[in-house]
Amino acid sequence: MGLRVENLRVYYQTLRGDVKALDGATFDLEDGEIMGLAGESGCGKTTLGNSLIRLGTRMKYIEGGVELDGVELPIWDHDKMDRFRYREVSMIPQYAMSALNPIRKIGKMTAELLASRGVAYRDVLPSLRDRLDLVELSTDVLKMYPIELSGGMKQRVVMVLSTLLDPSLLIADEITSALDVSTQRAVSEMLVEFREREYVKSLIFITHDVSILYQIADSIMVMYAGKLVEKAPTDTIIQEPRHPYTKMLISSLPQIGVKYTEKKLEGIPGQPPLLLEPPTGCRFRDRCPVAFDKCQEEPPFVEIASNHSSACWRTMEDHAQA
Amino acid sequence: MSRSKTSREPISDAALPVGIADAERGAAEAAILVKPTVGKKKSEILYFALHNPKLLVGGSVVLLFLILTFVGPLLTHYGPFEYGAGPTNGPPSARNWFGTTTFGQDVFAQFVGGLGSTFAVAIVGGGLATLIGMIVGFTAGYRGGLVDEILNMLTNIVLVIPTLAVLLIIAAYLEVRGILWEALFIGFTSWPWAARAIRAQTFSLRNRDFVDLARLSGVRSHKIIFTEIAPNMSSYLFMTFILMFGGAILIAATLDFIGLGPTNTASLGLMMNTAVLWSAMHLGYWWWFVPPGAAITLIVGGLYIMNVGLDEVFNPKLREF
Amino acid sequence: MRRYFGRKLLTYGLTFFLAVTIDWLIPRFMPGNPVSSMVARAQVRPEIAERLVDYYNQLYGFNESIITQYFNFWKSLFQGDLGTSIFVFGQPVTNVIMDALPYTLGLLLPAILLSWVAGNKFGAFAARSKYLDNTLLPVGYVLTATPYMWLGIILGWSLGLKFGWFPISGAYSFSLRPALSWKFITDALLHWFLPFFSLFLVMFGGWAIGMRNMIIYELEADYSHYLEALGAPRKLIRKYAFRNAVLPQLTGLALQLGVIVAGALVTEIVFGYPGLGLLVLNSIQNQDYFLLQGIFLFIIAGVLIANFLIDVAYVLVDPRTRIGMTGGTA
Repeated sequence: MGLRVENLRVYYQTLRGDVKALDGATFDLEDGEIMGLAGESGCGKTTLGNSLIRLGTRMKYIEGGVELDGVELPIWDHDKMDRFRYREVSMIPQYAMSALNPIRKIGKMTAELLASRGVAYRDVLPSLRDRLDLVELSTDVLKMYPIELSGGMKQRVVMVLSTLLDPSLLIADEITSALDVSTQRAVSEMLVEFREREYVKSLIFITHDVSILYQIADSIMVMYAGKLVEKAPTDTIIQEPRHPYTKMLISSLPQIGVKYTEKKLEGIPGQPPLLLEPPTGCRFRDRCPVAFDKCQEEPPFVEIASNHSSACWRTMEDHAQA
Repeated sequence: MSRSKTSREPISDAALPVGIADAERGAAEAAILVKPTVGKKKSEILYFALHNPKLLVGGSVVLLFLILTFVGPLLTHYGPFEYGAGPTNGPPSARNWFGTTTFGQDVFAQFVGGLGSTFAVAIVGGGLATLIGMIVGFTAGYRGGLVDEILNMLTNIVLVIPTLAVLLIIAAYLEVRGILWEALFIGFTSWPWAARAIRAQTFSLRNRDFVDLARLSGVRSHKIIFTEIAPNMSSYLFMTFILMFGGAILIAATLDFIGLGPTNTASLGLMMNTAVLWSAMHLGYWWWFVPPGAAITLIVGGLYIMNVGLDEVFNPKLREF
Repeated sequence: MRRYFGRKLLTYGLTFFLAVTIDWLIPRFMPGNPVSSMVARAQVRPEIAERLVDYYNQLYGFNESIITQYFNFWKSLFQGDLGTSIFVFGQPVTNVIMDALPYTLGLLLPAILLSWVAGNKFGAFAARSKYLDNTLLPVGYVLTATPYMWLGIILGWSLGLKFGWFPISGAYSFSLRPALSWKFITDALLHWFLPFFSLFLVMFGGWAIGMRNMIIYELEADYSHYLEALGAPRKLIRKYAFRNAVLPQLTGLALQLGVIVAGALVTEIVFGYPGLGLLVLNSIQNQDYFLLQGIFLFIIAGVLIANFLIDVAYVLVDPRTRIGMTGGTA
C-alpha cells in the first residue's frame, strides 16, 4: 500500500513571516521502495522528512494529506500522531550521534522507551540482539553509556533502535553526511539489508549526495526551493534526467577516471531563491538555461512517463511532442 | 550562543541566503534571511531591545533608582548623619519622608546617600571583577594546555574560599575603611564566576574558522583575543558585567550589614545594621529598615530581569513570538 | 575518577594551606604590635593585661624565628588549639565556636537541602506551562535578588511582630532550660522557624530559576527531540530532562556555598540566633581577633568539606565521571 502524500505544505514561522519551506508536495511511495530524496541545502527535503513524523518547534502545518497503508496520518496533531510514531513511522535523525541520553545506559534507555510505548523489553531482546549483530555491534553496548561509544557506533545503535518495532516507513535524514566513504557504504548497505529482512517496508533516504542514492535507491526524488522537481527510478534520473535542474545536478557530479582537463566540472551558477517571499512561477527560472516565458507560470508536478514525474514546461513540451 | 558578524563567517549553511536551516536546529537561523549590513543589524537589535518587556521593565527600575541617587540629595536639606533632623524614631511625615532613626537622623537622606555608595561600589567592584574575569578567562580559554590548568586551579581556589571569611580577617585589622577598599575587595574576590563563564565561551569560539584564519595570518594571541574573539562575545561580556554588578551590590550590602563595610559613608547595608542593632525590628520602626532592603531587592531584581531580556534580544532563538 | 578526586583534593588542600597562611600572616603585617594593641583594647586590668601579653607573645612565639612561629601555628592548629577568646573571657576559642556551631548547622543544613530539592522540583514544574512560567519567573528572580538579612527582617517584623506567630530572637525562651521535653522542643522549633524560612525562601528562588532554565535547555536537546520523534510520552522526556538538569544544579550548589554561609550568618544576626553569625558580630564589636580567626578557619574548613561531599555526590549522580571523563567542573 505504501505512502501517499498529497499537496503537503509546511512553513516555518519566523519573525519576518512564514518561510515557505515545503510548498506543495505530492508523491507516492510503494511498499518496499527505497526512495532517495535529494537536493541542495535548504531545498526542503529535511522539512519534508520531518513533517512526516514530528513537526519541529517552529514548523507550521498549512495543508495537505498524508496516508500510510491506507490510514491517514494526523501529522498536524502532536498527540494523535504518537500512535503512529515508532510503530508505523520512524526516523533516523541527522543528529543520530547525539540522540542518546548521555546519562543513561543504552539498554536501560531502550527498556524505558519501549515500556512507555507499551512494549516489554524482554520480548524484543532476542530480536534486538540479532539486529545489533547485523550492524556489527556487540550486545555489550546495551550496558554502556553513550559516551563510551564512537560516533559511528552510536549511529548504528540509533539505526537499530529506530527500526526495532518494524516500522512501515523509515525516514533516514542525512545519516551518511558526516561519515567517511567506506563507512557510508557500510551504513547504506545495512539499510538495504533492513529492507531485505523486512525490518522496514519503505524508506526515504534524505541526502544531498546523489552518488549514494545511485547505489541503494530504487527511485530518486529531487527537490528545489521547496518544490518537487523530478521523481523517477534511479537509473532514469542518473542516465536520462529530464528536468533542467536535475540534468545540471547530475552533470556536476565528478566522475571517476575523468580528468579535469578532459571535462570541466560544471556547477550551477546562481543561488536558490529566498523562501520568505518566493518568486512566482517556476522557482528555478532564474538559473535555468532553457527557461522561456511560459516559466512565469508555475509548472505542475505531473507524470511525463511511466513512473516518471517532473515539474517543467519544457519537459512537458518535449513529452507532448514525443 | 555567540553571535558572529556574518561578514566574517566563511560560507556555512546558515549564512547562505537560503532561508532554511536544519529543521531540528530551529528556524531561528532563518532569521538571517537577508545579508544584514552592520548598520541594519545594529538597528535591528535596537528595535528588539526597545520592544522587549523584560528589558524595559528591569531597565526602568534600575534607571529610576539611578536618577534618585542624583536627584535625591537635592530634595532633602539634611545630611545622612545629621542629628536633629527630626524627632527620634519618628514615622514618615511631611518633614521626614522616610521618617527618622533612633538618633533623629533623616532616613530619606541616609537612603539617598546609601544609594550613591551602592552604585559606586557596584560599578567599581563589578567592573573590576569583570575585568579580571576577562583576563583570566580569555587567557585560559584561548591558550589551553598548562596555562589553562594553572589558571583553572587558581580560579577554583578563589572560588571555594568563602569571601566573607577572608574579609573577617582583613577587615578586623583595618581601622578605617573606605568605599574604594570595599569595591576593590569585591572585585578581587568575585571574578571567578566571570572567568569561568568567559573561558567557556572563548573555548567555543577558539575553534571557529575566522580565528584559525587570523592565527594562520600570524596575528599575535592577544591581538586575536581583542579583535576577533572579544567583539564576538561583546553581548555576553555585557551580560556578565551586569551580573557582576548586581552581585557586587548584594555582597556590599552583606558586608555593610555585618559592620565590615566603609566606616565613614552612608550605605544601605549600614542602615539595616544600625536598625537591627537598635531593635527597630522589635519596636516596629519599619520605615528605617524597609526602604534600604527594598531598594536593593528592586535594583538587583531589575538587573536580573534586564539580563534575561538582553539574552533574548541578543539571541534570537529565545525570542518569543 | 582517581584523577578527578585527586585534582579536587589538591585544590582543597592548597586552599586550606593558603587560608591558614593568610590567617597567620595578617596580624604580622598590621602596623604596630598586634598583641599589645589587641590586649589594650580588651581593657582589662594591668596585671591581667601583662599576663595576656606574655601568653600571646608565647603563643605567637614572637621571640622565636619566623619559620618556627609558622610551624608552631600549624602545630597548635592540629592540636585543636585556636587560642583564647577575649570576648568570652578566658574561654578557649574552640569551645566558644563549638557551642555556637550546632545552631548554625541547624539552620544551614535543613535550609540548603530543602530549598535545593523543593526549588528544583518547582522550577521543573514551572517550565511546563507558559502561563505559570510567566507569572512565577519574576517572583523567582525577585526572591533570589533579595538580600538575606532584609528578608529576615521583613519576616521577623511581619510574621513575628505584627502577627505574633513566631518569636523573633534567641534560640529558645529565656525562661526555659534546654531539656528533652516537648515544651522545650516546640519552643525551640518556633524560634528556629523564622531564620530557617528566611534562608529557605531566598535560596529557593535561586534554585527554581536555575532549574527552570536548565530544563528548557534540556528539552531542546537532541536526545529530547529524538525521543519525541519516537513517540515517547512527555513524562519520560521530562524525566530525562530533569535528571540531566540536576547535574549543573549540583555544581551550582557547590559554587554558592560561600554566599549561603554568609547569608546564614547575617540571618542569625537579625534574629539574635546564637550561632556563628552572632559570634562574628560580637567579636567584631569587641575586637576579639582570636575568635575571629578561629571562626575564619572553621568556616573555611566547613566549606571545603562541604565542597568535597558535593563532589562525591556528583560522581554518584553523573555516570560519565565514573568512566573517566570529568563531568563536573566545580
